[in-house]
Amino acid sequence: MSGGSHDDAHRSGGGRIAGGHGQGGQEIGGGFEATHALGNANEVPDQPTRFEFDAESEAALADIIKRYPPGKQASAVIPALYLVQRQMGRQTGSAWVPRVAMDVVAERLGMAPIRVYEVATFYLMFNTKPIGKVHLQVCGTTPCWLRGSDEVFRACKDAGHLKGYGDTSPDGMFTLTEVECLGGCVNAPLLQVDDDYYEDLDYDRTVALIEALRRGERPPIGSAIGRQTSAPAGGPLTLIDVPGE
Amino acid sequence: MALSDKDRIFTNLYGLHDWRLEAARRRGHWDRTGELIAKGRDWIINEVKESGLRGRGGAGFPTGMKWSFMPKKSDGRPHYLVVNADESEPGTCKDRDILRHDPHTLVEGCLFAGVAMGAHAGYIYVRGEYYNEHLVLQAAIDEAYAAGLLGPNACGSGWDFDLYVHRGAGAYICGEETALIESLEGKKGMPRLKPPFPAAVGLYGAPTTVNNVETIAVVPTILRRGAAWFAGFGRPKNSGTKIFCIQGHVEKPCNVEEEMSIPLRELIERHAGGVRGGWDNLLCVIPGGSSTPLIPKEACDTVLMDFDALREHKTGLGTAGVIVMDKSTDLIKAIARLSQFYKHESCGQCTPCREGMGWVKRVMDRMVDGRAEVTEIDVLEQVTRQIEGHTICALADGGVWPVQGLIRHFRPMMEERIAAYKQRKGATAAPAPLPMAAE
Repeated sequence: MSGGSHDDAHRSGGGRIAGGHGQGGQEIGGGFEATHALGNANEVPDQPTRFEFDAESEAALADIIKRYPPGKQASAVIPALYLVQRQMGRQTGSAWVPRVAMDVVAERLGMAPIRVYEVATFYLMFNTKPIGKVHLQVCGTTPCWLRGSDEVFRACKDAGHLKGYGDTSPDGMFTLTEVECLGGCVNAPLLQVDDDYYEDLDYDRTVALIEALRRGERPPIGSAIGRQTSAPAGGPLTLIDVPGE
Repeated sequence: MALSDKDRIFTNLYGLHDWRLEAARRRGHWDRTGELIAKGRDWIINEVKESGLRGRGGAGFPTGMKWSFMPKKSDGRPHYLVVNADESEPGTCKDRDILRHDPHTLVEGCLFAGVAMGAHAGYIYVRGEYYNEHLVLQAAIDEAYAAGLLGPNACGSGWDFDLYVHRGAGAYICGEETALIESLEGKKGMPRLKPPFPAAVGLYGAPTTVNNVETIAVVPTILRRGAAWFAGFGRPKNSGTKIFCIQGHVEKPCNVEEEMSIPLRELIERHAGGVRGGWDNLLCVIPGGSSTPLIPKEACDTVLMDFDALREHKTGLGTAGVIVMDKSTDLIKAIARLSQFYKHESCGQCTPCREGMGWVKRVMDRMVDGRAEVTEIDVLEQVTRQIEGHTICALADGGVWPVQGLIRHFRPMMEERIAAYKQRKGATAAPAPLPMAAE
C-alpha cells in the first residue's frame, strides 16, 4: 500500500492540494503524512528517549508470541506495534509509535531494528508521530464518495476545528486522516473513530457525532440512521424465516 | 426465481440473532462435523470439487482443485491454512458480516479445510480496521476450543487443529496472497514472485493454501447438504450462492446472499430498492469491486451476475461488490478516485505499478477537469496496456482496468469534458504540455 506513496507524500507535504484547477480542485492525499513521520527523527522533536512495555502490554505480548511457531516470533511484529500504540494512548493520550519503542520491539522479537521500522512505516495504521486524542478517519474511496464522503469531510473540518486532512485541532482533541476503503460500503459514507465505524452519515449526523466526541461521549457505533447493520433501510427483505430461530 | 431463506448459508448475515456457539448450533452449524471429517480428506476435496465452488475472493479459481495442489503427504514441513480476511477491495464488505455475525461457520470451515489440506494450523488474517469484528471472531474461536471443536482431537475427529487470528494494519496489498504471507511473517506486504506457488513454498517456507473467508465459510454447508445442492444454484461452472454488496446510487444499499447468475437488474430492484430515480436513471455499474471494469446501462439491462456472463462483457464478478452509479455521477471523477486508491496502495516494488499508477492518477485528475488533449486519451489507454501484465502481482492490473473500462464505454464523455474546458478557457489557450513520464 503505502510503500509507493512515501516518496510522493514526503515531497509534496501533508494535506496538499492536488489538481487545484477547474472545478474547485479536490483536496486529496493528506492521509499518510498526517500520521507518519517521514525521513529522519528530527521531524518529530518530541520523540521520547525510552519506552517500556507496561504490565498489561507484557501479558498480551506473551500470549501473542505463542501463536507463532518457535523461531517465527517476527510474525508478532504487527501485534507488538499495536500494543505499543495502545499503551502510548493509555499513558499519554496520543496513540502513536515512537522510534525508541520500535527498537524495544526489535530487541524483544530478535529482529534487526530496520525491519521493524519498515513495518511501522509501511502499514498505514501505525502513527509514527503523535496524534490527537481522537482519530477521525474519513473513508474517501469511490463507494463512500458516491454517497457523500465530501460532506463527512466538511463536517469533520467544521465541527472538529480542523483545516483539512493531516491536521490536528489546536486543542489536541482530533486528528483528521483520509483513509482508503474501510470495507463498509453498503453503509457508506463511513467515519472510523479510533477502532469504531460510524455509518450512514451525512453532514448533520457527522457534526452531531463530533460534538458528542468532544463532550467525551462515545455514541453507539454502527448505522447513524438505525439500520440493522448491512440490511436494507426499513428492515431485512430476506432472512425472515431462519430455521432454528 | 429468488433464493429462499431455507437455502441461505449465512442465516445471520444481518446480525439479527446471536452469533455465539449455542445459537449457531441451533441454526445448524457444527452439526455432525466429526462424522463428516471421518469420511476422509479425499471425500471432502471431492465434494468441494463437485459443488463447483469457485473462490469468492475475486479470482474465481476452483476451490477443490486449489486444495488438491497441496502435497498429499508432508515431507516433514507442516502444512498451513491461511484465510484471507483482509477484505479491502473497494465496494466489498461481505466478509465483515461473516466475521461479526456468522463466525462459527467460518471457524468450522477452517477445520474442514485444514483436514482437506493436511494442515494442523490455520491463521485468519483480518484487516486491521476490522477491530471489533476480530474480537467477535476471536471469541468464537475461544468458544470452539472450550467445546472441544478445535485443538487436539478436534470434534472427536482424531485430527489436531489450531486456529489463530492475526490482524493486519492497513494495507490493501496484503489481500494478495503472497503479500499476505509476507505480512504474516512480520514483513512489509510485498508480493512474492510465483512460482514457487504457496502450495509448495508458502508461510514459513511450508506448503500453504490461502482462501477467502466466504469460500471457507460455505464449505460446512456444502458438506452437510451435498455438492449437488450447492451446484443446483446458478449456471454450470458458476454454481452456488453468493453474498452481493449492493451500494452507490440505489435506494436501499445492502448485503444479500443470492443465487449466482441472478440478473443484475433483478438483484438491484429486488433487494436494494432499485436505482435512485428509476432504472432509466442508471449510468453504469461496477459489478465486482473496484478492480472490475464498469459496464454501461445497456449491458446492465440483461447481464447475469456470474463469472462467465460478466467476462463476456470484458469485466468480472470479482468480489461481487456492485457499485451503482446514476446519471448524476461525475463518472470521470469516480474513476479518478479509484486511480488515486491504487496509486496509494501500490507497494512500490515493481516500477510499472509504482510509477505507472501515479502517472495514471495525475492524468486522470486532469481528465476530471478536461485539462488535456483528446490524443491523451489514447496515450492513457496505451500506458495502461503497458502497465497491465508487467508486474509481480495483479494490483496494477486491477488499477488500470477501471480506466480502460471508462475509455471503452465513455470516451465521448471524456472528449466532451476536454472540449468544454477548452471552450471555457478560450480556443487560443496554449495546449497543456504532454507529460510522458513521471512528472
